Amino acid sequence: MLVADRMIAGALMVLSAYFMWHAVELPIGWNGRTGGPGGGSFPFWLSAVMLVCSGLALLRSFAADAKASFFFDMSMLRSVLAIIASLVVTIALIPIVGAYIALPLFLFWYLRIYGGHGWVLTLSITLLTPVVIFFFFEVTLRILLPKGVTEPLFFPLYAMFF
Amino acid sequence: MQNNITRRFMMAATASVALFATTATSALAEGWAPQKPVEMVIMAGQGGGADRLARMFQAIIQKEGLSRMPMLPVNMGGGSGAEALRYLKDKEGDAHTIMATLNSYYTTPLRTDIGVNIEEFTPIARMAEDTFLLWVSADSGITSLDDYVAKVKTSGKDWKMGGTGTGQEDSLLTAMIEKTFGLEMTYVPFQGGGDVAKNLVGNHIDSTVNNPSEQMGFFRAGKSIPLVAFTPERLVQFPDVPTARELGHDLVYVMQRSFVAPPGMPAEAVAYYTEMFRQLSELPEWQKYTQDESLEPAFLTGNELQAYFLEEREKHRAILAGMEDGSS
Amino acid sequence: MEMFSLLADGFATSLSPLNIMIVLIGVTVGLFIGAMPGLGSVNGVAIVLPLTFIVPPSSAIILLAAIYYGAMYGGAISSILLGIPGASTAVATTFDGRPMAQQGKAGLALIAAAVASFVGGTISVVLFTLFAAPLADLALAFGPAEEFALVLMAFTTFVGLGGDDKLKTVIMICLGLVLSTVGLDLISGQPRLIFGDMPGFYSGVSFLVLAIGVYGIGEVLYTIETSKTAPTVTAAKITWKELGYGIREMNKLWRSMSIGSFLGFFVGMLPAAGATPASLMAYGIARQTSKRPDSFGKGNIEGVAAPETANNAASTGSLLPMLTLGIPGSPTTALLLGGMVMWGLVPGPMLFIEQPDFVWGLISSLYTANFAAVLINIALIPLFVWALRMPFTVLCSIVIVLCIVGGFAPSQKMHDVWMIAGFGVAGYLLRKADYPLAPLVLALVLGPLMEKSFRQTLIAEQGNVLAFIERPLSGTFIAIALLFFALPLIKMLRKNGRRAVAPAE
Repeated sequence: MLVADRMIAGALMVLSAYFMWHAVELPIGWNGRTGGPGGGSFPFWLSAVMLVCSGLALLRSFAADAKASFFFDMSMLRSVLAIIASLVVTIALIPIVGAYIALPLFLFWYLRIYGGHGWVLTLSITLLTPVVIFFFFEVTLRILLPKGVTEPLFFPLYAMFF
Repeated sequence: MQNNITRRFMMAATASVALFATTATSALAEGWAPQKPVEMVIMAGQGGGADRLARMFQAIIQKEGLSRMPMLPVNMGGGSGAEALRYLKDKEGDAHTIMATLNSYYTTPLRTDIGVNIEEFTPIARMAEDTFLLWVSADSGITSLDDYVAKVKTSGKDWKMGGTGTGQEDSLLTAMIEKTFGLEMTYVPFQGGGDVAKNLVGNHIDSTVNNPSEQMGFFRAGKSIPLVAFTPERLVQFPDVPTARELGHDLVYVMQRSFVAPPGMPAEAVAYYTEMFRQLSELPEWQKYTQDESLEPAFLTGNELQAYFLEEREKHRAILAGMEDGSS
Repeated sequence: MEMFSLLADGFATSLSPLNIMIVLIGVTVGLFIGAMPGLGSVNGVAIVLPLTFIVPPSSAIILLAAIYYGAMYGGAISSILLGIPGASTAVATTFDGRPMAQQGKAGLALIAAAVASFVGGTISVVLFTLFAAPLADLALAFGPAEEFALVLMAFTTFVGLGGDDKLKTVIMICLGLVLSTVGLDLISGQPRLIFGDMPGFYSGVSFLVLAIGVYGIGEVLYTIETSKTAPTVTAAKITWKELGYGIREMNKLWRSMSIGSFLGFFVGMLPAAGATPASLMAYGIARQTSKRPDSFGKGNIEGVAAPETANNAASTGSLLPMLTLGIPGSPTTALLLGGMVMWGLVPGPMLFIEQPDFVWGLISSLYTANFAAVLINIALIPLFVWALRMPFTVLCSIVIVLCIVGGFAPSQKMHDVWMIAGFGVAGYLLRKADYPLAPLVLALVLGPLMEKSFRQTLIAEQGNVLAFIERPLSGTFIAIALLFFALPLIKMLRKNGRRAVAPAE
């Protein structure tokens, strides 16, 4: 499936052009004020090299005997998309309902619904993980995870462990 | 081990219900106190002067039990503190966030429009003012400010002044020095004060405006020499170094180390944190530290602090404007 | 010799029952912190630092050294088992460690990493003991031009010619370098590439975010797609007998371990360089000087030993500029430096003279911590290997959760978690299209140092590009860099020449 290879090369070209467009906000040549090359020069010229190289990669893919470099396994693509979607939903939920609701939900979905594991395994991992995370990150390392609306429920726990 | 953890968690869960009532009543009895760990946003990256100081405050607060809940330092050095300022603005009304500031508190919003007006923030306490000295390497043979000015005049653009990033304190002070003495030097920005100090001693640059703490190790080893202090009075640690004022030049520049809070923090929370820092500022431990590090302990709170911030902002506006004119 | 009696005093303190207990606890905690993707020694040290004002200073130093070493050892664990480098210093360990784990040799790879770390740590502590003072002067001779030359050298020893698709390698290097410029331009103090003023980009794109994204999420997606039916990781088992066999196997690795130790110490000692370039250079040199360079990247045990010796040697080495010059080479040493200041010590050339008991106490703690770390690490290997035998879907779900939490923890920004998801998908697609990901990650790590030192030199030398070659140290490094760049080419030519003579090969 050369199409996918071409699409990626094309996407990289667009990305480098986008970087170049942003980089010109700062001087891209010699900066008279501070001396030395300006702040935009590194990103600009490197993006330019990237643009040329991905252009070459695109051209190369049109050459006669370029081998098919990758293809999606359609039966598994569905799984990949399902996982990406669940990841996006989980991350979006974290600031709203908190990590301690969003992550167990994800684990439950993944293990029980997607993975088809038994209830014992699913529940033990789903319930144990947040507990381990709480004690490792919050109590030991003092790194607070987002809690969203569940914040007030944690006040007594803070009072106990800090 | 996991067994143990679950047991602890169960204990916590059962006890928390009982505790909830207790905390609620005691909070009422003693006035306001934080209910969750307090986020201490640091306007600089890990390892810099601001970071070190903030973490030391955290340690002292924890050790002396000045706060019911621990302070949790979070570094937000991105964009010379722009990230931290935006973050604090978005925390409007929050009672569990404070921010450790330095001079980029004024300069960053002045240099680029990030939609933040520092007048909106709630001032808590100014803990200290950090000082600046002019340093040269011991190998240079320069011993006085006059020598220095003469030497820089003859070298012109070949003279390399090192400092932290452009637009930050070191570069502002350099611009002030250039203006006062009619000099023109090449300014080389480095990542942090320690890096600057080492490059001076390694003779990769010719002079710096380091804080005393950054050069102290080299100074004691006799590898660097302070020429002049940009303070109102002579420093206790450097009794032989004259101030710029003594030499007839009105050059004073300090770095403030303060704490501010989000806009609209509840008044009782402001009172709590202000009191916490007041207690801290009176500890002998802190007083010894300020002396060792040549910090000026200048405790200031409330409206006076806000007035100070606004006055400093105007000063910096003028310096920055001068920089733009002088070098286009 | 005064030095040795001071060292003996240090040992006497560090071997008291209380301190031995502290070491064991510190190393174990450090090991788990380091093994967690996203967390490293900096988190461990940050937690412990406030405690050090409560316990006696000698115990405080030991605790810090134990956590520091534990986390350094632990970094290799997630690199090998999950293929996610927990810290930039452990990137090179994934190149061969991950393939080894996939071949069912995770236990052997973990032993190699532990023993290599021990050797690297020990040799560098000995070098530190003997040569600390004179080496500090060498570190001073390093200005921006030399830093640039060194980074260039790290790049070329690693990338060279040959290997993957060249065009795609160049694209990935450029992408990594451009990503490294996101955020604030230090030289002009202006924000750049913040993409429509998103505050999350002000602090740039962090290495951890990219590494967790492409190696963590990206790898999970790739594995799910390429393994059609419910796959299991190659049965990874380890018995005590195999453990013993593995340790005996180590004597074959002396070549890569000695490269790693010395290179690691010297590169780590240079301010601003640190353990990441050191481990990359050690890997690159071990590969280039190997008899079978092709076997690297496919599960060669030397490819685990070289970077692991180097990063441990370098983390000891990086204490040197911190103590003698007061310059932290990494966020972790920066925190340690802050701690020293709070204990009332002034880092700098006088520290060795004014505070000898502190310095030698620290050094003896390093010896003790290193020894404890290797023992605990090897004892825990069966546990880590056992973790790999979980059913694939269970492992995957836990890895994803670890990626989310580990990505959030260092910066505490949801922005970074979104970036991880984005990089995960992008890394998955790029990998499918045969774009090499290692150059991307490396470029992001080395990019800021490279750009900064390049521009500083040009500012200081007022645009004189020849400055890089004229200065003796940087000139030498650039010559070596060019040599390394051309080495695979020379080898290729020689091979082709031989092949022409003996086509049967």
